[in-house]
This record gives sequence, structure tokens and C-alpha cells, in this order.
Amino acid sequence: MTSQVVDYIYIVAAALFILSLKWMNSPATARRGVFAGEAGMLLAVTGTLAAHQVFNWQWILAAFFIGSAVGVPIAYIMPMTAVPQRTAMSHACGALAAALVGTAEYYRSVQMHAPLATFEMVALVVETLLGFLTFTGSLMAMGKLQEILPSRPLIYRGQNFINLTLFTIAAGLGIRLILVPADAWIFPIFAGLALLFGVLLIVPIGGADMPTVIALLNSYAGLSACAMGFALNNKLLVIAGALDGSSGLILSIIMCKAMNRSFTNVLFGGFGQIRASKTVKDQRPVRSASAEEAASILEAASSVIVVPGYGLAVAQAQHKIRELYDNLMRRGIDVKFAIHPVAGRMPGHMNVLLAEADIPYDRLIAMDEINSEFPQCDVALVIGANDVTNPAARNDPSSPIYGMPILDVDKARTVMVIKRSMSPGFAGIDNELYYMDRTLMLFGDAKAFVAEIVRELPARAAA
Amino acid sequence: MPGDLGLGLYVFMLATFVGLEIIRKVSPLLHTPLMSLTNAISAISVVGAILITGAQGATTLSKVLGFIAITAAVTNIVSGFLITDRMLKMFKKRVGPK
Repeated sequence: MTSQVVDYIYIVAAALFILSLKWMNSPATARRGVFAGEAGMLLAVTGTLAAHQVFNWQWILAAFFIGSAVGVPIAYIMPMTAVPQRTAMSHACGALAAALVGTAEYYRSVQMHAPLATFEMVALVVETLLGFLTFTGSLMAMGKLQEILPSRPLIYRGQNFINLTLFTIAAGLGIRLILVPADAWIFPIFAGLALLFGVLLIVPIGGADMPTVIALLNSYAGLSACAMGFALNNKLLVIAGALDGSSGLILSIIMCKAMNRSFTNVLFGGFGQIRASKTVKDQRPVRSASAEEAASILEAASSVIVVPGYGLAVAQAQHKIRELYDNLMRRGIDVKFAIHPVAGRMPGHMNVLLAEADIPYDRLIAMDEINSEFPQCDVALVIGANDVTNPAARNDPSSPIYGMPILDVDKARTVMVIKRSMSPGFAGIDNELYYMDRTLMLFGDAKAFVAEIVRELPARAAA
Repeated sequence: MPGDLGLGLYVFMLATFVGLEIIRKVSPLLHTPLMSLTNAISAISVVGAILITGAQGATTLSKVLGFIAITAAVTNIVSGFLITDRMLKMFKKRVGPK
């Protein structure tokens, strides 16, 4: 097969990738989208293998075999609560692949004394810089999500200055490499600095900011694949990388808006810092209630809105919540779920968890749509969410989260909050919601408490 | 501007705009599967890795780096597509009257 034929195959593959993402716009067509993506990938890989004279088959086949042997179990065994970690890991893998291809490409040109053209060097430097920093950055994010690393932000003095200096040096070495590609001794230093920068970039970022970070790393990984396309003069790579890059970009913009952060703030990794400022804890009284009381309030309601947050994922409470949902729906009580864009640890995290528990997706309502319904709702049940319900974001200009769009939970007739203790949430900000007269605090583990409420419900129906 | 670079930049610009328009329309319900899908798609970098590993007279360094790159990319392709499908299967509408 000539290389011209493979060009046509690549065009078809690119079209399939675009269709694949287009079909993701609705759950009804989304699985078709996955199929289109798979078909595009299969075409591109077989086309490449057939069109070029490929040597070293044993290496390639062994890599395919190991990759599949690792990939299949990851896809099927990984629990849905661990999806953010898996996503971070795959950003790391994607970025590593791009960075290593760039590295190999560079050393080949040095060894063959065939210096790359300037624009190829520019692409290669961008590819390896983004690739290496996204690789270690994603590993750090994964460590934080898996809680191997502390998920609190690690902050030290002069952090931004050190990061900026480091990045400037790395970029400077990159420019030097572009100008004098033959200076091979620079490359390992350049790569090492990029790796180190990735670590330092993510270390100061706290768990609650992970949705933005994951989306941003997604974008970086895509852009590095895109740069590889420029370095290898392969348009399919450019297109696929650009699609991934723009997807990550849009998701991070959505996450930024949902946290009221500017985009520049995110690009320079300056997040997690305002959030560390702590407000004085106060010792006002709260009203607490037992599962039995909670059950009787729910039973008397005609509409309930459940507000899930990261705590739900931690407690793995989604299946118990499904039982509660079924029980209440059977009594003719209208139950909906209010999803804040940054609830959880990655974009869409809560939707996947609740879908896993078989809660129909037309019951999962996005923030903008559901906020007008809170004033008419009898009970708002907050499970493991904190900052996204804090009325201070609306009322208190001195609050660090002031201006962040929130779910108007405080407007519901009764508010119930399942929470382990009164300790303030991740952001260290006290939540006004807990001290309202209409609020009942339900202290305990989310899963155990919801199970207890469910146990109380049928007993009352029988009585 | 070399011809290939010029064309490449046009392709990049157009693909970015297409991407931005399409992704904007993706339902927020599906943002997690979207991310794993784009991840799998961007593992198309396996093509570059194959060309590096399979080049005639590739050095051991090229082969080793290329081998790791293919392994990482194939892991992403396989786990990315499969887990996206697994997640999408879970999104169901309410069935039957309640």
C-alpha cells in the first residue's frame, strides 16, 4: 500500500473521531460515538502498519499485548468511584507516550546528524515540554485523588516565584535547543526540569480543585499529541490532539465558571491558595436529628431534592441512595438530584456515580435548571456536599468563595444535611447553611445514615 | 512559512474550532465519559510511536522509548474506549410506568 492511500484512511479516521465526539451530545447516541471512535482508531492503526515499512515487529506486538493486558482489567475492574484516578492515570500515559516519542525523535536526529527543521524542533520542544510536565502533574493528581498523597494543598513561601523561575529556565533551554539542535547535553536537563515542574505545579492544588486540574491536564495531554502531529507532519495527530485539547479547554472553562475563578488564574496554576485562608470557626448551636425524625419528615414531603457531593463518593453511598429514591418515588414523592458542575473530583463525577446506581438520568438536573425549584421544594437533602451549598457565596462579600454560583439549598422549606461532624469542609470555610432554623444536621456516615433512613421508612408505612 | 507547516496550522485551527463547537454541545451529564473518550482518541499518538519503534535501523534507545510509548498509548486506547462504553451503558432513562 502506498503512503497516499494511508492519507485517505487518515481522513476517514479524522471524520470518525469528529462524529464520535458529536454523538456524545446525548446519552441516546453516545454509545454509537464510542463505536465511531473505535472504528477510527482501528483504521488509523492498521493503515499505519500496512502503509509504512515497519520493522521491529516483536517490539511493537509485545507493546500492544502488554498495553491491552493492562487496559482491559483497568476498564472492567475499576470501581466507578475510582474513575477520577483512572482519568488522571490515562492523562499521564497519554502525555508520557507523546513525550517519549518526541525524545526518541530528537535523539534519532542527533545521532544521524540530520538536524530537524526549525519548525519541527519547535513542535518537538512543545511536545516534550507539555508531555513531561503533564506526565508528572497527572501522577501527582492521581496520588492526591487516591489519597496516597495529602489532598490538602502544600504551600510554601515563594512558591509561585520558584515555579515561574523553573518554567522560565525550562522554556529557555527549550528555545536554546530549537536554535542549536545539536547540543544534545541540554535535552536531559530540559526534560528533567519539565518533569519537576509538573510535580511542583500540582502539589499546591487541593482536592476540591481537582475537577479544574483534571480538565486542564486533559487539555495539555491533547496539545502535546497535537504538537507531535506537527513534529511528524501527521495531520491525523494534529486533528485528534486539537479535539482533545479543545475538549479539555472547554471543560476547564466550565469548571472555572462554576468556581468563579478566572481562566488566567487556572493557567498559571495559582489555585488552591485563596482557599487556604481560614475563617474563624464559631460555636453557634445547630439542630440535629435522628434517622427516625429524618424519615418522618421525608415521608411527609411531596418533593425532595437530593444534593450529592464528594462525600457521597467517599462513603460509596450511591446504592443506598438509590434505595431511598425508590422508596420515596413509590410513595408518590417527587425526587430529583441537583448536580453542581464541580461536585465531586472531576467533571460529571456525580452523574456517573448515580447512573451506576441505576438512577435514571432524567432525574439528574444541572444547577441552572434546578435552582428555581428549591423555593417550592419541601426537603433538600444534602449528602456530602459543602461549599457548593454555602449561602456565603451569595451574601458575604468577605467570604473566599463569594461570587461562586451555588445550589440555592437554603431556599428549601426544610434542609437536611448528612455530615460526619461539624468540621468545616475542604475549603476550611464555615457554612451558614448549617445554622439556619430550617436546617437539621444528620450526623453520621452518609451510607450508614441513608440506610438507616430507608429502614425507618417501611416500618412507618406498615404502622 | 514551509508548506507543510502552513497546512498543519490551518488544520489545527479548524480542528480546534470544530472541537470547541462540538464539545460545547455535549450534555453535562456525560462530561466524565467525554473525558475518557477524548483520552482514548488522543492516544492516536500510538501512530507516532509505531513509526519511531518500527523505523529501519532504529537504535535501542528509540526502540525502548517507542516500546514504552506504544504500551502507554495502547493502554489508553483499550481502557479508554472500554470504560467509556461501560459508563454509557449505565445511563438509562426511566423504564415503564411508575
